Amino acid sequence: MWIRIYAVFIKELKQLSRDKMTFGMIVMIPLVQLMLFGYAINTDARHIPVGLVDLSQTSESRAIEQAVMATQSVDFIARYASIKAAEMAITKGEIRAVLYLPVDLPRRLFLHPSYDHMQMHSALTLPIGQWIVDGSDTVIASSIRVLRNMPLDEVAGHEVTQTSASFEVVQYFNPEQRTVVNIVPGLVAVILTMTMILFTSAAIVREHEHGNMEFLITTPIRPMELMVGKITPYVIVGLIQVAIILSVGYWVFSVPIKGGLFSLFCASILFIFASLTLGLVISTVVKNQLQAMQMTIFILLPSILLSGFMFPYDAMPVAAQWVAESLPVTHFMRMIRAIALREASIMLLGKDALWLAVFTIVGIIIASLRFKKKLE
Amino acid sequence: MTGKVFKEGGHLEYAIEAKGLSKSFGQHIAINQLDLQIPKGRIYGFLGPNGCGKSTCIRLLTGLLEASNGEVNILGKPLLGNEESLKQRIGYMTQKFSLYDDLTVKENLSFVGAIYGFTGKQKKARINELLSLYDLEKQTKQFAGSMSGGQKQRLALACATLHSPELLFLDEPTSAVDPENRREFWERLFDLCDAGTTILVSTHYMDEAERCHALAILEEGNKRADGSPQQLMEAMPAKVVEVSGDNLRRLKQNLIQHPDIMSAAQIGAHLRVLVKQKVANPLRFISQLSDGRVAVLARPSLEDVFVACTGGRHVD
Ligand SMILES: Nc1ncnc2c1ncn2[C@@H]1O[C@H](COP(=O)(O)OP(=O)(O)OP(=O)(O)O)[C@@H](O)[C@H]1O
Ligand SMILES: [Mg+2]
Repeated sequence: MWIRIYAVFIKELKQLSRDKMTFGMIVMIPLVQLMLFGYAINTDARHIPVGLVDLSQTSESRAIEQAVMATQSVDFIARYASIKAAEMAITKGEIRAVLYLPVDLPRRLFLHPSYDHMQMHSALTLPIGQWIVDGSDTVIASSIRVLRNMPLDEVAGHEVTQTSASFEVVQYFNPEQRTVVNIVPGLVAVILTMTMILFTSAAIVREHEHGNMEFLITTPIRPMELMVGKITPYVIVGLIQVAIILSVGYWVFSVPIKGGLFSLFCASILFIFASLTLGLVISTVVKNQLQAMQMTIFILLPSILLSGFMFPYDAMPVAAQWVAESLPVTHFMRMIRAIALREASIMLLGKDALWLAVFTIVGIIIASLRFKKKLE
Repeated sequence: MTGKVFKEGGHLEYAIEAKGLSKSFGQHIAINQLDLQIPKGRIYGFLGPNGCGKSTCIRLLTGLLEASNGEVNILGKPLLGNEESLKQRIGYMTQKFSLYDDLTVKENLSFVGAIYGFTGKQKKARINELLSLYDLEKQTKQFAGSMSGGQKQRLALACATLHSPELLFLDEPTSAVDPENRREFWERLFDLCDAGTTILVSTHYMDEAERCHALAILEEGNKRADGSPQQLMEAMPAKVVEVSGDNLRRLKQNLIQHPDIMSAAQIGAHLRVLVKQKVANPLRFISQLSDGRVAVLARPSLEDVFVACTGGRHVD
């Protein structure tokens, strides 16, 4: 029995190592995804092109422009004589927002509570300027909304007592760090789901399509031996990917692994096996590689959306939580975030670990039962 | 149908026994009420045109497909329920190359060896033996996908016989092989046969069919005739007349209109005509029809048998 499993394992490993494309994907998928989520997909937009309508033309207005530029959130790329002209530019898509500074800017600034705390209770708390924002892109809109509470100490030329509004700003600017910390471990789960299911879902149909199956099923090989032998090489692949993501996360994005490496290893192994068996079950259902691909995407979408990777699990409706619970990735997402971010050990995560183990065993049995040594 | 019943445990002297074997795919009947008795230690042929059901029949006999009807005994055991234990004792070379293109010759053999439970020295020795037997020693490190048709077919045979099966199924093994290599290949088959292996081989080549100890002619899933090539030629329900002269193509058009003539085919300078058995004096009959051209009786060939049995001509 072990001889045959080992034979299938070696055969798969050799085929895998000769398939340059697949081999490249094993390394490139984690790297590209990590860069995408780490750098490009940032909910905190920067250097948004905006315009300026400065009707006051005073030193104060120039100081405010400098202060806004200094936040790096926006770049003033154009000036407009009137609000009308600026609105036109927004409609055309040339700029995403415009800062309007009125004629009486110096007076408003002087009266503004954040400029001088002595004025805090003044009845006159007009805003010093106005942002007109293209609200169609919510990320950009919220980034600019943040500027609403921008502290004005630089403009004032002296230190301004922090108002409660300024604290709000601080809260807004922090997420940049927190998102990456949360995303990197989550990305391990998503990438493993994608690659593990993708590789194995085609495992059996590929043998059918290449005509190897007709010979293979006339040999004494047992379905279980074929299944186990076929998925084992991908366990190694999965572990390599976990290592890539977490070490790039550590070196490039400074995301620490707080919990033990052993717990991390156990959780990863459990999840890799669960995903591989899910792929195998798909492989025994589909008729060709295209269908295998479609099924993989069918599983992948809820895995990304419902696992807690994109949206908090607790905020989802109960029905969605049920679907989420049935996906291995949700359990792993919980485990790896707990291990990487909250120093949890695998012992504390027994329920999720057990669930993955049971899923694997049931999956392998279903796949073996479904796999008939027949051609039809 | 003789109504002969299968004994418990089947007949030991037969490698394959099938009774009323049928297979349909939806509405289409691929194999229709096939009876077979193939003795051990023989080379048995399936001769038939494309789509006549040769591959389907082999798949039924190897247990790859489930029969819609009928009984099969393989090596004295009922196939149903014994598929797995029989797999150690049978070998199957598929029509389409079914080994791994992206593995080398040696890796393919090594994989198949391990699947059949060979290990260590024993496996190495067996692989080396096969490599030299099938003249693949120079190709050991070559990828199977990059080999020529003849080399692939030798590798496939090596893999199918690695575990020294008692019964070997070969599905059109020589369709991509030149005549020289085909002779070589048949030498190997006779070696195997001498060593006691029963071989079932499907083909649509007459010369190959003629080498078999016995064969069955299949058409559209029906067995039209069976027996040794000799028997088949003798029992052919037609006489063969060869006509020579000029304007043979015109003559052919005329002759095939006649209800007592099964077929007429030009072969070089002759027209080979199959005349139905019931015609008492075929020579005179043909002479009359062909305006006194020279006509002689000829020895039937397997091709004549094939033509006489198929295309609806077997029914009188
Ligand atoms: N899986 C299947 N589903 C439906 N029809 C099938 C299937 N397999 C075979 N057939 C049909 O059964 C008939 C016999 O096919 P088979 O492959 O056995 O022919 P063959 O004698 O091997 O032909 P060839 O010489 O071309 O290999 C054909 O008409 C084919 O279309
Ligand atoms: Mg065929």
